[in-house]
Amino acid sequence: MKRLMIGNDAIARGAYEAGVTVATAYPGTPSTEIVSTLAQYPGVYGEWAPNEKVAMEVGAGASIGGARTLVAMKHVGVNVAADPLYTFVYTGVNGGLVIVSADDPGMHSSQNEQDNRGYGRFAKLPVIEPSDSQEALDFTRLAYEISEEYDTPVMLRITTRLAHSQTLVEEGKPKQVELKEYKKDAPKYVMLPGFARGRHVEVEKRLEGLKEYSNNTEINRIEWGKRRLGVITSGVCYQYVREVMPDISVLKLGMVNPLPDKLIREFAEGVERVVIVEELEPVIEEQVKSWGIAVEGKEHFTLLGEYSPEYLAERLGGIAQAQGYGLDKEIPPRPPLMCPGCPHRGVFHTLKRMRLKVMGDIGCYTLGALSPLDGMDACVCMGASIGMAMGMEKAQGVDPSKIVAVIGDSTFVHSGITPLIDVVYNQGTSTVVILDNSTTAMTGHQDHPATGLTINKEPAPKLDLEALVKAVGVNNVRVVDPLQLDELRSALEEELQRREPSVIIARRPCALLVKPPLNKKMVIENDLCTGCKLCIRIGCTGIYFIEDEKLAAINPTTCVSCEVCAQVCTFDAIKIVEG
Amino acid sequence: MAGKAMNILIVGVGGQGTLLTSRILAQVAVDLGYDVKVSEIHGMAQRGGSVVSQVRYGEKIYSPIISKGDADIILAFEKLEAARWLDYLKPEGAIIINDDRVDPLPVMSGKLKYPEDIDQRIAQMVDKTMVVDASSIAIECGNVRAANVVMVGILAAAMGFPQEEVEKAIQAMVPPKALDINLKAFKKGHNLYSNIA
Repeated sequence: MKRLMIGNDAIARGAYEAGVTVATAYPGTPSTEIVSTLAQYPGVYGEWAPNEKVAMEVGAGASIGGARTLVAMKHVGVNVAADPLYTFVYTGVNGGLVIVSADDPGMHSSQNEQDNRGYGRFAKLPVIEPSDSQEALDFTRLAYEISEEYDTPVMLRITTRLAHSQTLVEEGKPKQVELKEYKKDAPKYVMLPGFARGRHVEVEKRLEGLKEYSNNTEINRIEWGKRRLGVITSGVCYQYVREVMPDISVLKLGMVNPLPDKLIREFAEGVERVVIVEELEPVIEEQVKSWGIAVEGKEHFTLLGEYSPEYLAERLGGIAQAQGYGLDKEIPPRPPLMCPGCPHRGVFHTLKRMRLKVMGDIGCYTLGALSPLDGMDACVCMGASIGMAMGMEKAQGVDPSKIVAVIGDSTFVHSGITPLIDVVYNQGTSTVVILDNSTTAMTGHQDHPATGLTINKEPAPKLDLEALVKAVGVNNVRVVDPLQLDELRSALEEELQRREPSVIIARRPCALLVKPPLNKKMVIENDLCTGCKLCIRIGCTGIYFIEDEKLAAINPTTCVSCEVCAQVCTFDAIKIVEG
Repeated sequence: MAGKAMNILIVGVGGQGTLLTSRILAQVAVDLGYDVKVSEIHGMAQRGGSVVSQVRYGEKIYSPIISKGDADIILAFEKLEAARWLDYLKPEGAIIINDDRVDPLPVMSGKLKYPEDIDQRIAQMVDKTMVVDASSIAIECGNVRAANVVMVGILAAAMGFPQEEVEKAIQAMVPPKALDINLKAFKKGHNLYSNIA
């Protein structure tokens, strides 16, 4: 019986059916569900790794140890894992290894939209790309055959639209796979220069074989239709092309690295005009052009964002779309914002009030950069805040007391520890605020080493953040409640004055994980409210402004009585009513 | 665009249950023997932002996403979101709007105005507009959060989905302790449409 599955769950199912016994990941939208789902299958060891580099290394060890292994991450996670990945391509595998790269064209939940098909050519590994959930399952199974036959890790590249679309899937029977025998083989697994030179020869030889495979595999297929136009495409774009141009000829690529040169030549000779449809970078186009084949591509299509059926119809002249309704009235935008009761809100409000330069990081709290909180100056990647604060201090020299780094608990464990060591070692004076909401909130509340629970919610040794920070040499460590704004502010003022590193742990569980108190509610005393809007500037859906009456008002359905607005009000107009 | 696909767009504010709604409707379509695709939004957009889920079903479905001017039905859990996504509706399409207002940040802060008459303006343009107070009906059933399932009831009646198929899907998707409230909400929504139509 067929059932609906998001692409990520289908990949997990495919891995289970392929006999995977080790799965590791760091959570990241749109990849998170792959390993959280896979970890629930019988016989699979699943884990949240502290970061993607560790996940890739655990994966490499598991593969050399003989197990079929899956490693999953979002596109930018591959950058973190790139060091072990590139050289693991040289060693090759023992048990098959698949690394899933979940790219995010359109940046639904990411800081950039890099195209990780590029890793295929750069790191010299095969890349396969499914176009719906059934293919996600089938291609995952196939990837393990390719991995073991060609002795290479395989990248399964997906995009948000595949990861989070549900399509029908026919499940298969799980394969019984024995753990492969491990044999000591230093020239294969120890990448000293002398051995690595030998392995590079193998990598190039293997790529020649993979090119032949790409020309013959049925996941690269020509669907002949009318010959006036032929489209080469892959992934979810294949579905869009078929939606708007059901009659044309299509070369559907399931393997996007290495490309099937002979098949592409055959296709190009069979149609009058070839157009390549690929989101983001012209990865296929540039290669095909370099072979002297006349194709069209990015002269018709943007390098930015996601494509859609209507976009392809507009650019290529497919089935005309109906004219929809338009509303001339301006519709106010609805940006995402911190939840009511979020422990991060008061922190950013305070940082802004103190006019500090805030080096931010990746998580829900990045929303603290948006109006009206406006509490962040820079945010680049996971773990960057602390190093950037250090750099800014060294650049500006004289007045480091205005610079803070702000980083979440999961992000700190991911990659905030080494920059903190840099601050201590090179005698910076940074004040680092660890926003400890005791979960990986943004991606859907996954556990991590400092929560004391495993991926399957079993007890685990809990990383002690205070002890860790002290151990790397930070002498000034304190824990504050981020909902007590006075306490938070005086902690910041004291620590910023110090001429040595300090860490403030602002600890309070994510508001979505605690039940709001039933015995109290917030009310506004209208005769005390001056309409100054200070409370509105905390950007909470629990409080709003009635323009006609020039008064603030509480929204009782969203307010969770965190009391931050009451602390912000300078006229004592917001009261807590018990009972 | 291709063939006779049915396209349902479910729009609302992050946290209003668009994801669950799309999963219930999709399961019904699967049980009725259709090819089905659903596109969902996870991650940052869920934090109180504008969210959309898309359900497409028919004999053969390619794209998981719906194009502008191509939705047969829009199910809107909030009025402003109904307006935001209206250009996805087919000229002959129908829109069902929950008479609920959730102010976005620029409105809360008094920077922009919430267009007060927005549902009436939509009704003037679109013949098949239905505005219902699904939130109040859900509160009657025991929990305002079941407003999405009231809307499912209305949609199921409008589409002629067999009632028992939808109830089966709700049973499969909703946690056991919330099941009674949701089934009640579904019936109320279903009856509401049947009484009007």
